[in-house]
Order: sequence, then C-alpha cells, then structure tokens
Amino acid sequence: MATLTIKDLHVSIETDQGSKPILRGVNLTINQGEIHAVMGPNGSGKSTLAYTIAGHPRYTVDSGSIELDGDDVLEMSVDERAKAGLFLAMQYPVEIPGVTVSNFLRTAKTALDGEAPPVRTWIKDLRGSMEALRMDQTFAERNVNEGFSGGEKKRHEIVQLELLKPKFAVLDETDSGLDVDALKIVSEGVNRAKESNNLGVLLITHYTRILRYITPDFVHVFVDGQIAEQGGPELAERLENEGYDRYAAATA
Amino acid sequence: MSATNTAPTVPGAAAHPHGPGSPVPVQTRSQRFRSTDPSAFPAVTGREVDWKLTPVDRVRDLIDGELDGSPIATTVSEAAGVNAEWVGPEDARIGAAGTPEDRASANAWARTEKALVVTLTAEERVEVTIDRTGPDHAPRASHTVIVAKPNARGIVVIDNRGSARLSENVEIVVEDGANLTVVSLQEWDDESVHLSAQFARVDKSATLKHVVVSLGGSIVRVNPSAALAGEGATGNLYGLYFSDAGQHLEQQVFVHHIAPHTVSDVLYKGALNGAGARTVWIGDVLIGRDATGTDSYEANRNLVLSDGTRADSIPNLEIETGDIAGAGHASATGRFDDEQLFYLRSRGISESESRRLVVLGFLLEIVQKIGQESLEQRLIAAVERELEAVESI
Repeated sequence: MATLTIKDLHVSIETDQGSKPILRGVNLTINQGEIHAVMGPNGSGKSTLAYTIAGHPRYTVDSGSIELDGDDVLEMSVDERAKAGLFLAMQYPVEIPGVTVSNFLRTAKTALDGEAPPVRTWIKDLRGSMEALRMDQTFAERNVNEGFSGGEKKRHEIVQLELLKPKFAVLDETDSGLDVDALKIVSEGVNRAKESNNLGVLLITHYTRILRYITPDFVHVFVDGQIAEQGGPELAERLENEGYDRYAAATA
Repeated sequence: MSATNTAPTVPGAAAHPHGPGSPVPVQTRSQRFRSTDPSAFPAVTGREVDWKLTPVDRVRDLIDGELDGSPIATTVSEAAGVNAEWVGPEDARIGAAGTPEDRASANAWARTEKALVVTLTAEERVEVTIDRTGPDHAPRASHTVIVAKPNARGIVVIDNRGSARLSENVEIVVEDGANLTVVSLQEWDDESVHLSAQFARVDKSATLKHVVVSLGGSIVRVNPSAALAGEGATGNLYGLYFSDAGQHLEQQVFVHHIAPHTVSDVLYKGALNGAGARTVWIGDVLIGRDATGTDSYEANRNLVLSDGTRADSIPNLEIETGDIAGAGHASATGRFDDEQLFYLRSRGISESESRRLVVLGFLLEIVQKIGQESLEQRLIAAVERELEAVESI
C-alpha cells in the first residue's frame, strides 16, 4: 500500500509585485484507498496544493517535502510523477488541437506502462470507460477537449483516471460547473476507480455537494495556505451549515 | 502571350472617403494595378507593399529576366471525366480567372509558350495529380488552368518536387455548383526558388477549397487569390508551412467577396525552426459593395520552435457594405503553449513526445481539412520528418 506524505510544504508564485507565498506549511498524509476532502474558501491555496503535487512550473516550493513511499516527488519531472502513480484531474482541462482523444490516451497509456497496450483489450477498455462516463464514442476521434462543454471536459478527465489507473488522484474542483446528473456520473467513476485500483483520492472542493456521492474518510479545512481543522465526514456537514466564516474570523 | 491592362476602377469617393486632397495611392485591394505585360509594371525596388517582405535580390531573374517558357515536365494522372491538354497562349481559357498583379507573375505570363489546361466534368468526385518534378535550376515560366465545369466535383493536387527556379501562374475556375479542392504542394529541394500567383474565380453556389502546403525550397512564395464572383460562392483557403533554417516561405492571400451571400474561411498555420527561418503571411479580405450577407474569417497562426526566426503576419480586412453576416480576422505568433505541455506531461507523456504531439497537432489541423486520405498520410509523414530535425523537440 502506497502512501503520499506532504510535510511542512511552503509554496509561492511569482507575481509582478514579487514572490507571493500561497502555502504556509501544509502537512497531509494520504494512504492508498483513502479519500481525503480538502475544503476551503476561494483563494485559500487549494488549487496551488493540487498543481504543486503535479509539478506545474508556475509554483515554487520554498521548503517542505512531498514523498511517495519515501521517494522525493519534488525531484521528479511532471511526467515522472505521473509514472510514479500521481494523477491530477484539472479544473480547466486544456484543448489540444489536432490531437485526437484516442491518440492522446493511447500515447499516455503507452508512456505509463512502457509498452503499447494490446489493441483488442485497449479498444474494449476505452469504449467501456467512455460508456460508463456517458461519453459518446465519437469523442474518441475528436481533438482533445476541443469544443467539449465544461461537463464533457470533466467526464473526459475521469475517463483518463479510470484508464490510466494511478495510485493517487488529485481532483481539483472536479465538481465545479457540473449539473447534478453529471456530478453523479463523475462521482461514480471516482468510486469505481477507488474500488478497482485501491485509489487514494485528494478531493479538492469548495462545496459539500460532491461529498454526498463520494464519501470522504477525512475532511481537511484549508484556510490561508494551511490546514485549519481536520476531522471525519461530520466536519463537512458542519461546514455545510456554518460555512467558512468562523475560520476567517479566527485568522483575522 | 498577348498583353492586356486593366485600368483600376475608382470607387465613389463617398463610399471610401479619404482626407481631402490627400494623394492616396492604391487603398482598396481590388484597385491594385494588373497587367499581363511585365513592362507595364514599374521596376521592382523591393519597397512595394507586395515585395517588401520578399528577398527580391534573390529572385531578380524571375522578376525581370528571360524565362524558358516551354512546358516543364508534368504528368497528369488519368481519370474518367478529366481532360488534360497543352494549349497555346491564345486559348480563350487563359485569363479566365485572373490577371497578374506583380511583375514576376506578368513575366511568367508573357513568356509561357504552352499552358496546361485540366478540365473536370464529372459529377462523381475525381482525384487528379499534376506531378511536376522540377528539371533543373534554369529560370522557367509556366501556366496552368484548372477548370471545374458546372456541378463537377474533385480534387486536384499540384505536386511539386525536385529542383526548380520557377515563376508561374495558376488559374482556377470553379463554375456554377461545382465543388473543387486544389492543393498546391511544395516539397522542392533545398535550392529551389518558386514564385506562384494563383487566381481563382468561384461562380454561383460553387465551392473552392484551396490548400497551400510549403515544406521544401529555398524561397517559396505562393500568392493565392479567390474572387467569389457568383451568389452563394464559398472560398476556403488554407495553408500549412514549415520553415527551416534559412528558408523563406511566403504567402499573400486575397479573398474578394464580390457577390452576395458568399462565404470565406482563411486559415494558415506555420512552424519556424532554425536560424534565419522566415515566413510571411499577408491576408487581405475585401468585401465589396454588392457583397451583402457575406460571412468571412481569416486567421494566421505561427508556432516558433527556436531562436533566430522571423514570422511576419499581416491580416487586412476591408468592408464596403454594412450588410454582412460576419467578418473577422486573427493573427498569433508564439512559442509553445506551456499549459498544453503540462497537460500532456501530467499524463506521463515525456516532454519531447509532448512537444512533438503539440506541434504535429497544431499543423495537422490544416492537413485534416484536405479530405484525401493518402495525401494526408503523406503530409503527416512529411511534417514528422521536419520535426525530427528540431533539436529542442
């Protein structure tokens, strides 16, 4: 069983006004098979945490560590992190003109496994996964995310999650912009990936809505670049009733 | 060939006001001087609007010099409903689609002894290849006329390979209801120089898809123009180019909406790699006074893969009627989209493979529009070969 360990993580971004600290000492340990919800108000640094784990060049790690079973994730390139078993479902998946979904997924699968997937099982897996996410088969021959609606982009992210079979997935506001039907479909996909691959999930969200469909084992409240409180699923219910105001008052 | 001049027509001053008394040179694209007689053009200085981005000194012989006007080695594939013949300069079909707008084009027009006329008549879609393997680097002239008769459908590929030093005119006539694709493919060798003026006339309810693919050659300048002359005509002008170190690839595109309810879409995409890689794109769209209800869009996108390159991109849009459905233009030149690279890499794809996918995808958008599987596959392979030479990929 793999473990993702984040210790005293400090991260900043470069702005026109100079370096701006975003994360101020984050500690978090996720075991495979666990679902951790990270909840917090806008601007609290939730997405920064997601992109830092994935290795986006915009974010500078000033101190602290991220380890996957003792291996230093921060030393890995973006694609090495994916190969180590990390996956980021993005809030705004980018469009890639001229690259079809089918070509993209096959290339990614080949890169992760070190060999091309067998043709017959691959096509079956791709079809099955798209069907489960209620994506029409024609999407396979469309260019990556090009002309996809917001909901289609999110479902495409979960298709990738199911096919690429990472150990840990960071879901960055995957629920935003989804209607309730799409939210259920996406949630089912995440639950399936957890059941079949013992996926560990870091579920980043502003709202408690998605937690009705994906039950977290742990809830962390993120405020001002730090975890302000943690607990079980009951903490999410409390947030639903009280909002984030009392944390804002505490830090003010 | 016989020479004819077309005096520029002057539009009503009220329709196109300038400052009082200002000595305005040619302002509207359609007013540009035209003649089949090279001596009717003033000497080219390299400061003219249509020459200032071209290395004029390196094509001087094609602009002013003697050109061999005998037919260049050409093979036209045979198909039912396709007729190919060589005709003399007095043939009535010559000049049906256009008149030279620059001196190199007029020089070729005047020197050509025989013109190739390819006529498509079949309503069943036909595929024609005009295979030209350039014989040598002696300066030559050529003239090609492609005619799609009413309701004919087909694709004509002008396949240029080998070595050449060529100034040419290509005329394309798409008659009522016809649907024609013309692909001008330049895969010349490294020394070749090619100036090509291409004129299209698109008649009522007819559709022209014109694709310029320039990959090989030292200097390649292809200037396509399309006159959307019949009501409901469509002109889709696409281009793909990949400029390596020291290579000059240029295209000056002109779409003239003459008739009402005409539609045009212009998209040129290019990549530049290596010191001295140079591209020029000038896109002119003119929506005439009678061209009501027209819809047009033109865009040029360049992807810069290394230092030391230069891409000029100049979109121009002139509208002489207020009653249009749409008109837009766009131009962008830049390096990789880092977010695209991050997205691919976050799925485990290596940096070099991600870059390759992004560039290939960027250019394949044009290839995907051609609509002939075998040619598309060949061009994908050709672009992949170009990418193999890019060090940063």
